[in-house]
Amino acid sequence: MSMEIPYAVKVRTDTGMNNARLGLWLFLGSETMLFGGLISAYVFLRMGSASEQFVHDLSEIPLAGINTLILLASSVAITLSVWSLRDRVFNRHRILMGIAVAAGLLFLGLKWLDYSEKFGRGLYPATSTYLAIFFTLTGVHALHVIGGILVNSYLLVTGRKLFREDPDRLLSRVSASALYWNFVDAVWIVLFLLLYVV
Amino acid sequence: MTNGQGRHATGVRDVSLFSTDHKVIGVQYALTALFFLLSGFCIMMLMRWQLAFPGEALPWLGKILGPDRMPEGIMLPEFYNQLGAMHGTIMVFLGVVPLAVGAFGNYVVPLQLGAPDMAFPKLNMFSYWLYLLAGLIMLASFFVPGGAPSSGWTSYPPLADIATAGQTMWLIGMVLLCTSSLFSSMNMITTIVQLRTEGLTFMRLPFFVWAQLITSFLLLLAFPPLEAAAVLQLMDRVAGTSFFMPGGLVVSGQVLTNSGGGSPLLWQHLFWFLAHPEVYVLILPAMGIVAEIIANNTRKPLWGYRSMVYAAVFLGFMSFLVWAHHMFLTGMGTVISTFFQATTMIISIPSIIILTALLVSLWGGSIRFTTPMLFALAFLPMFGIGGLSGLPLALAPADIHLHDTYYVIGHFHYIVAPGTIFALFAGIYYWFPKVTGRKMSDLLGKIHFWPSLILMNGIFMPMFIQGLAGVSRRLYDGGAQYVHAQGVIHLNEFMSVCAWLLGIAQIPFIVNFFWSMRKGKKVTQNYWEATTLEWSAAPSPPLRHGNFQSLPRVHRGPYEYSVPGSARDFTPQDEQEGR
Repeated sequence: MSMEIPYAVKVRTDTGMNNARLGLWLFLGSETMLFGGLISAYVFLRMGSASEQFVHDLSEIPLAGINTLILLASSVAITLSVWSLRDRVFNRHRILMGIAVAAGLLFLGLKWLDYSEKFGRGLYPATSTYLAIFFTLTGVHALHVIGGILVNSYLLVTGRKLFREDPDRLLSRVSASALYWNFVDAVWIVLFLLLYVV
Repeated sequence: MTNGQGRHATGVRDVSLFSTDHKVIGVQYALTALFFLLSGFCIMMLMRWQLAFPGEALPWLGKILGPDRMPEGIMLPEFYNQLGAMHGTIMVFLGVVPLAVGAFGNYVVPLQLGAPDMAFPKLNMFSYWLYLLAGLIMLASFFVPGGAPSSGWTSYPPLADIATAGQTMWLIGMVLLCTSSLFSSMNMITTIVQLRTEGLTFMRLPFFVWAQLITSFLLLLAFPPLEAAAVLQLMDRVAGTSFFMPGGLVVSGQVLTNSGGGSPLLWQHLFWFLAHPEVYVLILPAMGIVAEIIANNTRKPLWGYRSMVYAAVFLGFMSFLVWAHHMFLTGMGTVISTFFQATTMIISIPSIIILTALLVSLWGGSIRFTTPMLFALAFLPMFGIGGLSGLPLALAPADIHLHDTYYVIGHFHYIVAPGTIFALFAGIYYWFPKVTGRKMSDLLGKIHFWPSLILMNGIFMPMFIQGLAGVSRRLYDGGAQYVHAQGVIHLNEFMSVCAWLLGIAQIPFIVNFFWSMRKGKKVTQNYWEATTLEWSAAPSPPLRHGNFQSLPRVHRGPYEYSVPGSARDFTPQDEQEGR
């Protein structure tokens, strides 16, 4: 009569995954449909309306581009931090995870600059359909970034204890979180192209 | 519920909202969903008063509901619209799906898999919380100024964009509900893929588990676009955007000042992209329950198990490609209509395969007419009527006449009410002994079954007649002011009386349900002499933590009934060869 859930950490050989990994992939499938729904709404509205509704300022590309690079750097850092944990080098893992979290916070800071600059010019979601979709898509994405930062910070704070007790479980959690973080990064690249460039 | 063989309760976590045991969460889902089903049904009984006797005062109850809703007992049109929107919302999102997936899926699937719990027990608890919160927010909308949402369960803009505050609560509830079903579906899929016990290959899974697996994929992938749509409508209402609003709309004599550039059709696309797969979310678990009960009570293997599985997989896939058949009348163009007409015709094939397989399974069986079996048997023709009456709606030319008439109401209610809900009743009577260790009374069960069957048809069959005559489903007076309706309007009274009698016919069930929990006849572990693991390997009720004494091993397929040369007429999945 065991309460232990099978394959919580260990990989099930015939599926090649543990539960967390499969669960997270399913979650990402669902997230893809969420952003897919929002992005297809954007495409639907833009194709069906006069082009002046969607005029935007190309001079915003540099700031948003820098922000894209920051998020990419964060992705690289978290991937390296997973590899460090796989090699059981905890301190390197910890530093890299810290960099990933800090880069995420920096991304949010620059995002806020972008928002407040727009508000300062009297540009609100209600102003035009482009701004409506801009604020909604980037807002939903920012919520995902905040969620990722919270989980990564939690793993950073509680990691040392779990590393001593059960390093495999920590690795499983950090890998799952890293997978999510890379997804959030990939979504941003699509949004960057859709909302700032084209 | 106490557990005769297992541990004693270990504290408040075992029974409270904080339990992570899939069985406790399943029961929580079941009780909450049954409460919502009853609320949705009461709402409908109120509406039927207005339809049968438009403009007449409802005795005593009308006064209780107050002057904002029923001044002097006469129903206001606004209140009728609120009831209509909330009946649909509650029945679909808060009643049937949580009962079919949250309750039955949660309780039965891990047991049928030979698993100690769901893959993510804490997430499971969290899913239930979100569902409960969403339901309470939606119910509370009745008490805010302006009342509950009144733009239909589909919340079509521009109407929904400019509706009263209740609509905002509907949207918040919907976002929570989408999140809840996201977590529960990823939990369910992971459980089924990862926690199958040794020897339980995919083609040995009971059909019920397959049905839950496909349902979960539909929930996982179809709900997020609705969540996106709900976020966009929320922005329209709260931040003043115009996603679904064209410019220059005139409301109550005033031109709206929104920026415009939005499209009401966009909402319909996003909504139906969820809501058509949702139809299969409503029906697939029902088919799964009926399949279990038919195999068990005919003492025969299911006829065409593999075809049923493939049909169900194909059904799930196709359900993502039919949504715009709800939109033939929107002027989206004949080319698109033709495409969706074709896919809709194609999707009827797998449903018919499953129904046919279930029907042929009866052939030559020595049928036990137990209470669950009666409901399962009634499901077959009722679902058949519901499904076949959908074919004319799938054809764009016929749909132009039938769209938005009572014909549509009759069609989908045949699928969901005497179809799915009968299957859910069957499931309750079938698995009640597993959950409580006691069985429900067969006498009360039969008193529940026969009137329900007759009255359901009394309500929904006349709707086909009214709909063919062209009566619109949206009329607050039941068609009294509508020339087309005059020849068939007398049916309203008959349907309403049937609905109220149906309400009375549920009393034996409610009594039976609560009475049997404490006083029902005690039963053995495998009361129905079934082959699947929840009956053969787990005690009734299953052990509080971990379900089984030790995890079972599976040696055979799910429905080995009446195997030639075997001593008994059933061979459980975990029985070893040569016994």
